[in-house]
Amino acid sequence: MPLLETLFPLGIAHYLIGGLFIGAAVSFLFVSTGLIGGMSTFFTSTWSYVSNWPYFQREEFVSTRNWRLVYAVGLILGAAIWMFTVGEPFQTSVTWWQLAIGGFIAGYGARLSNGCTSGHGICGLASLQLPSLLAVIIFLGSAMVSAAIVKTLGGV
Amino acid sequence: MKIQSLFAVLIAGALFGFGLSYSSMIKPEVVLSFLRFEDFGLLWVLGAGSLVTLVTYQLVPRIMTKPLLESVFRTRPSSMDRDTLLGAALFGLGWGICGVCPGPAIAGLGAANWPLVITLLSIFAGSYVQGRLR
Repeated sequence: MPLLETLFPLGIAHYLIGGLFIGAAVSFLFVSTGLIGGMSTFFTSTWSYVSNWPYFQREEFVSTRNWRLVYAVGLILGAAIWMFTVGEPFQTSVTWWQLAIGGFIAGYGARLSNGCTSGHGICGLASLQLPSLLAVIIFLGSAMVSAAIVKTLGGV
Repeated sequence: MKIQSLFAVLIAGALFGFGLSYSSMIKPEVVLSFLRFEDFGLLWVLGAGSLVTLVTYQLVPRIMTKPLLESVFRTRPSSMDRDTLLGAALFGLGWGICGVCPGPAIAGLGAANWPLVITLLSIFAGSYVQGRLR
């Protein structure tokens, strides 16, 4: 169908299967341990190992930092399994300044918002939380704007 | 937390990392092409991931009294306030610049996507500044 090829020039299957794996991952985490598996809190809870600043030493971070670290190690492991089985190594050609500036703002924003694509997008929507639905709409909107702007500035 | 639980967390993380890789979300070029309306495929990732999780979150606590390895089903903290919405706008702004969100910044290391180390460190830096301003 021409419309499908226009909307999804690389096909649908890998997107759908990847999404099902992500859903299975967060579901398995919940069924086995009862934990909610967003990713961005990891970036704050890990600071609690090295910073005595009161915010980082909050109970919500100190008491979850170990499993969040293990979860992150699992992410690396899963990507490596993909690379050695069905996938292949891939290095992005996105410029270093995009990776640095974008990462800093995204990190600041995700922690201020208490959620990212997985926290608000997967876990928040699945929890039927209205703030997460609004957050998803807002970050998709602002990302579309900055992705367009960065291209006019010579970005990839 | 029990060692069995941490092992389950590791398996969940590995499934997540495999899914992020399989869906090509660890390729910032693909994310940026989605944000520029060139390929809408990421909607399938978000749709499938959140629908499966929706069924789990809504049904499982009604048919199981507790998780297999721990004592309680957690709920996600959520509040409708300025920080949640302003933070989301900033998160999107940054995501659209680099094409990398927190999960892929971590998972990318496992697929030898070394440039993403820059983003990983930047996200840590942004999170540090956010925490220090609290």
